[in-house]
Amino acid sequence: MAESVYHIGTQDLPLTQRVNQIPEKVVEEYYTSGHRTCQGCESALIMRLMAKAAGPRSIILGSTGCMYVANTTYYSTPWVVPWMHTQLGSAGSAATGTAAALRAMMRKGKMKEEPINVIAFCGDGGGVDMGVSSISAALMHQHYNILIICYDNESYANTDIQISGSSPWGANTTFTPPGKKIRIMYKNWKKNIAALYAVGHTKCNYVATADASYPADMIDKVRKGLKEPGPAFIHTFDPCPKGWDYDPFFSHKLGELAVESGLFPLWEMTNGELTYTGVSARHVYGGRKRKSVREYLQAQGRFHHWIEEDYAYFEGEIEKMWTEWSMPGVIPFKMAEDPSKK
Amino acid sequence: MATAVDTGAGVELLTGSEVMAHICRLADVDVLTAYPIRPYDTVMQYVSRMIANGEFDADYIPAESEHGQFEIVKHASACGARVFTGSSGVGWLYAMEPLAVTAGLRLPMVALVGCRALDDPGAFGTEHNDALLVRDLGWLINFPDTPQESVEMGLMAYRVAEDPRVFLPCAIAMDGAFLTHSQATVTLPSQEQVNEFLPPYDRGDLLLHPDNPITIAPQANEDWLMEVRRQSSEASKNAYTVLKEVHKDYCRIFNDDTNPFLDEYMTDDADVVLVGMGTMSLPVKVAIREMRKDGIKVGMVRLKWVRPFPTEELRASLSRFKAVGVIDRDYSFGSPYGGGILFNEVKAALYGANNEPFMKGFVCGLGGREVLLADVRSMTEQVLATIKSGKPDNEVTWMGVR
Repeated sequence: MAESVYHIGTQDLPLTQRVNQIPEKVVEEYYTSGHRTCQGCESALIMRLMAKAAGPRSIILGSTGCMYVANTTYYSTPWVVPWMHTQLGSAGSAATGTAAALRAMMRKGKMKEEPINVIAFCGDGGGVDMGVSSISAALMHQHYNILIICYDNESYANTDIQISGSSPWGANTTFTPPGKKIRIMYKNWKKNIAALYAVGHTKCNYVATADASYPADMIDKVRKGLKEPGPAFIHTFDPCPKGWDYDPFFSHKLGELAVESGLFPLWEMTNGELTYTGVSARHVYGGRKRKSVREYLQAQGRFHHWIEEDYAYFEGEIEKMWTEWSMPGVIPFKMAEDPSKK
Repeated sequence: MATAVDTGAGVELLTGSEVMAHICRLADVDVLTAYPIRPYDTVMQYVSRMIANGEFDADYIPAESEHGQFEIVKHASACGARVFTGSSGVGWLYAMEPLAVTAGLRLPMVALVGCRALDDPGAFGTEHNDALLVRDLGWLINFPDTPQESVEMGLMAYRVAEDPRVFLPCAIAMDGAFLTHSQATVTLPSQEQVNEFLPPYDRGDLLLHPDNPITIAPQANEDWLMEVRRQSSEASKNAYTVLKEVHKDYCRIFNDDTNPFLDEYMTDDADVVLVGMGTMSLPVKVAIREMRKDGIKVGMVRLKWVRPFPTEELRASLSRFKAVGVIDRDYSFGSPYGGGILFNEVKAALYGANNEPFMKGFVCGLGGREVLLADVRSMTEQVLATIKSGKPDNEVTWMGVR
């Protein structure tokens, strides 16, 4: 006999489908003035879209990083919804603890029962480096409705642009500057973090990638992550004028180029099924050709020390990602043939 | 894992860990987190069994690390849930970041520290350095010495920590093995008594909930941090008065007559006393009874709480004696006189007191090494010698070192 397990439902959040179909409820802002993020900060746009999509009955937890320090300075806050700081490595724990408190207190009659969105966000430091263990644990708890969003600006941008596990190969950061002897100080390949969480947590029902240059897609993904019972994870790709060294005017354009070039494919995994979305869907299922990644790379100062062989190497790796991986940008290996038949 | 033995008449044979599990049940804790490390983790084995048997309703989460363990309950506490967790030794240190921020955020949390030596070398035995490492952060810390006293310390911990004048986390520091794993007879309080003593945890207008959309812990630097720290300082001072106040309630409701801060043993006519914490009282009290047969007027003053530190009570108590020996089950390398943490704290508290006694420090029982009756007798004799010579002995003596 199945034991009865206490579940709180999730909110009914309509999807937008297209920008011109954004429902009235998504017009209201819950991340407003009061922050001091840089001009052209795409992570701030992620915060805004995330809060807009989640709505007023939400609790948002934020790890240490740009979106803590630049958003919430004592006596000012952009958050209209309840917000709390959490440590750099504990986005997963913050979401779990908040959801556990709500669940326990609602079950025991200490708090009015209602579905409350619980979102924890972290940067790439919190989502790709230090916080992996806590997020991994959080994605295993099926009875807690939580969403974890990793806003990835590809470096520790708040602390002076240092390399992270999510920085691209060859990037000039303050920990990996090009010098007279060594041109490429950073030779690691960016961690494939959304896929890592999707593949490693077989009962996590929703994992997606998103990009603020495609806001309707982003809002829908946040809503799907919140609507899906249990834990969910979204990885966003956020151009950063300060860290990537380009004119803030081009943030949106760079976000588009990352997707158009196939560097950062947009996809979502729902209940064991993976679908590419937006431009990436047309790259995979047909109808659109990928742009060269060179235009994206050459627009940024962090790659200005590259020479032709670096561009060629990088382009080659992106090409492999699309031609040799069993799922472009997601699964970097294929099943080998039966060795006994070789 | 030891099992409770009901001896009838409401008296049970319980370990310190098991008592703490009962306190969690009686206090109707909402969220608990576990991660394995000896010796604290027995409490979570008892808790999980109670939950599995339907005797206790809570969200119980085996976490992925001590860091996760303490962060999870920290956030649950911000949402108004009563929480419990714990750790030992280097596990407690793995959680040092959440330990600091929980106190900084003024979030009540009760945690069991099963006191254990810090690695390296890896060791299971008890030492107090793990628990004492949070003494400067705002954590309240008590040291029960028996399973029965763990009832008082557990309930007082929740009542004081959750008082809005305090709102600070509280550590219950139990000596590993000697208390966490050792059974003694215990009378558990009734649910009605606990309900009368312990009001529901109420965050008030600090609750994190969509009905109360506040921002918690925005960045503050030189502009506001000093004021934030000052508030924490006031809260920890408040803990002292609140503790005294609610202890009266405790004694009334649970028919007890203990002193809130100090446990004095055979001190009325004593020339010298030994000062210590936790289960150090067990060998010391036995040795005192033996020495008394030989006409040696020695007693013991045991500190029940090290944060808030009972400065006034300790000054009043210890100035009655000619000389005092302080026994540390911890170390503080490079400290004044190379003394332990307790020695230096007691010495600071007594400085300038009328009739300030001679004070001698001892380091004893590290790594859970047995404190022998002969050790206690030797320490007493060394303290008596300072009276005889009329000169203080500032050397800190390590007892029982091979």
